[in-house]
Amino acid sequence: MKIRVGHLYPDYLNIYADRGNIAVLRRRAELRGHELLVEPIGLGDPVSPGAHDLLYIGGGQDREQEQIAPDLAAKGPELEAAVRQGAALLAVCGGYQLLGRGYRSRTGSLMPGAGLFAHETVAGATRMIGDVLLECELEPGMRRPLAGFENHAGRTLLDPGAEPLGRVIHGFGNDGESGFEGCRIGRAVGTYLHGPLLPRNPWLADWLLAQSLAHASGSEPPMLEPLPDELEARAFRVAADRARVRGRGRGR
Amino acid sequence: MNVRLELEALAARAVGTVSRTARRGGGTTLPGKLLWKVDPGAVDALSARLPAGVALISATNGKTTTTAMAARILGGEHRLAWNRAGANLLSGVASALVAARGAELGLFEVDEGALPEAIRRTKPRVVSLANLFRDQLDRYGELELVAERWRAAARDLPEHALLVVNADDPLVADLADGRERALRFGLDDPRHARPVLQHAADSKYCVRCGTPYVYAAAYVGHLGDYRCPACDHARPQLDVAARDIELRALQGSRFRLASHHGDIRIELSLPGLYNVYNATAAASLALALGASPTAIRRGLEEFSAAFGRFERIRSGSKTVVVLLIKNPAAANEALRTLETGVPPVLMIALNDAIADGRDVSWIWDVDFEPLLPHVGRVIASGERAAELGLRLVYGGLTEERLEVVPSLEDALDRGLELTEAGTDLVVLPTYTAMLALRGVLTKRGLVPAYWDAGKS
Repeated sequence: MKIRVGHLYPDYLNIYADRGNIAVLRRRAELRGHELLVEPIGLGDPVSPGAHDLLYIGGGQDREQEQIAPDLAAKGPELEAAVRQGAALLAVCGGYQLLGRGYRSRTGSLMPGAGLFAHETVAGATRMIGDVLLECELEPGMRRPLAGFENHAGRTLLDPGAEPLGRVIHGFGNDGESGFEGCRIGRAVGTYLHGPLLPRNPWLADWLLAQSLAHASGSEPPMLEPLPDELEARAFRVAADRARVRGRGRGR
Repeated sequence: MNVRLELEALAARAVGTVSRTARRGGGTTLPGKLLWKVDPGAVDALSARLPAGVALISATNGKTTTTAMAARILGGEHRLAWNRAGANLLSGVASALVAARGAELGLFEVDEGALPEAIRRTKPRVVSLANLFRDQLDRYGELELVAERWRAAARDLPEHALLVVNADDPLVADLADGRERALRFGLDDPRHARPVLQHAADSKYCVRCGTPYVYAAAYVGHLGDYRCPACDHARPQLDVAARDIELRALQGSRFRLASHHGDIRIELSLPGLYNVYNATAAASLALALGASPTAIRRGLEEFSAAFGRFERIRSGSKTVVVLLIKNPAAANEALRTLETGVPPVLMIALNDAIADGRDVSWIWDVDFEPLLPHVGRVIASGERAAELGLRLVYGGLTEERLEVVPSLEDALDRGLELTEAGTDLVVLPTYTAMLALRGVLTKRGLVPAYWDAGKS
């Protein structure tokens, strides 16, 4: 089956090795006999709900994020419709922030976001940098760990009732205080974790592929054939260990 | 004579000797750290004593090599205070000042983040700024923050100080915009341009209006001959240019250095276009300090390599060739020098200590892809060997050609075992992996310890 991926602003938001995430999705799709068709979505390009099974947005430097922010905010209603109709989405770091209601600077001005996720990000005085370990439960009863690296000055405050991506075991997470990281709405997940995220967390790559296939076929997410993932498991263990030793423990 | 300063310097020197004697390391920063703690103003006072003044060199990439090249050129004329071991924070500058009794000229590489304070304290005659690349994001925040600090530092630089900038880097060239006392260097040989901007290219947007630049030639990352199609902001005229460049793979390079002093033919024993940049930067700095074309040619041609950046180390019938990869831009250039002669066995070592960058995501910004179909076997090593292995597999390396050996010593032995007699084992380590590998080679008596290296 063909999986149609819309990659938002690949020329602007690519600071944290975002192409690694796409490479992982492509290879894992191909190993299961599927094909990933990646289409860049740039400034001024329309997003038509239903046209993509998976949307991807990465992180950039402040300057590049400012350049795309107004365009992304204008795409908000279409992105929300796409996700409501069952498209999967992965947003990392800056892309995750800008898919919320907005980014409030230290002087109080608000850079509007796309409004997909129920959160607002407030600029902080210090950067939250380091290895992170999360525990996620995207499907009831299926608890799985996620290891990555975070580097953000913004504190992302989830609205009451908004669903986080996971619980912070080690590291800062959304705001360094709530004990939560990321945000999830339906098949859309946003997170600060890069590294890039997917190579050492293949279960999340497979979850996204299954959700994308569900959107493409109009049926339930399929069970994907397991892969050996030995090197992936080794890389995960080292990253998780880094978070245990170096990441800030939340003690929860 | 400032008695307190003399006593402090004396005490600091003693600590350096004790540290070296105890073999706990080179003692390259310990005395400076002590002095820096006791009396930070000592850096100002010791700098002010240097009769020929101070020159500072900063960049994301190439500062150790450029400074060492400049030292080779200028060392014949002046007694130098020089932080040769790459300790480039203020404490390292303090150490070099303390260690060099009777020095005339201070020649210091400084960390990008430490540049503003180094300028304030040492009051340099010449400041050379060569490039800004994405380096260790976990340490600095982002490129733009460093650029902002540099802009402030350049604004505060006294009028009589000469600013040497790489005209090929838009952010860096802009620092000298409108400045009378400035020297602009760059490359001028479109035959060596890349067909497209590399993935890791950092400053591709116009510093004035944000429109993507159009490149007549992109040489290394975002360095090149750029012009903004919207507002016409473009690379300024070059005062010092490298022309007719001939790259000879790992053997080195030749080029013609053109300036208002005429043309100088340079034969460099270091590989890659990035070392042509380093040599051009060093030559520009030396010209700014009044060096003669003859001294420049001789200095550059005699130069072998700065510590750990590019080394050939004999191990029995085989040679270990070490090329440091400290960030995407440096790694891309190291890989590019291998494109014309892909080694059958390649060892890549990824550590994630602070000096390497704790965030290892940068390896995904490195263009390994062109090399991977042609290399016989890759040994991934270092603390993040598995992560590196994944990067290579996703980049197209078949798993049977990959070996993941986290221990550096085991990986080196495995690499040597796979290397045929009379050929090279090419090793690409990150910074602390390079130090550790050198430690192994030192233990085996194959290279001198780092605090003795490069002393002539």
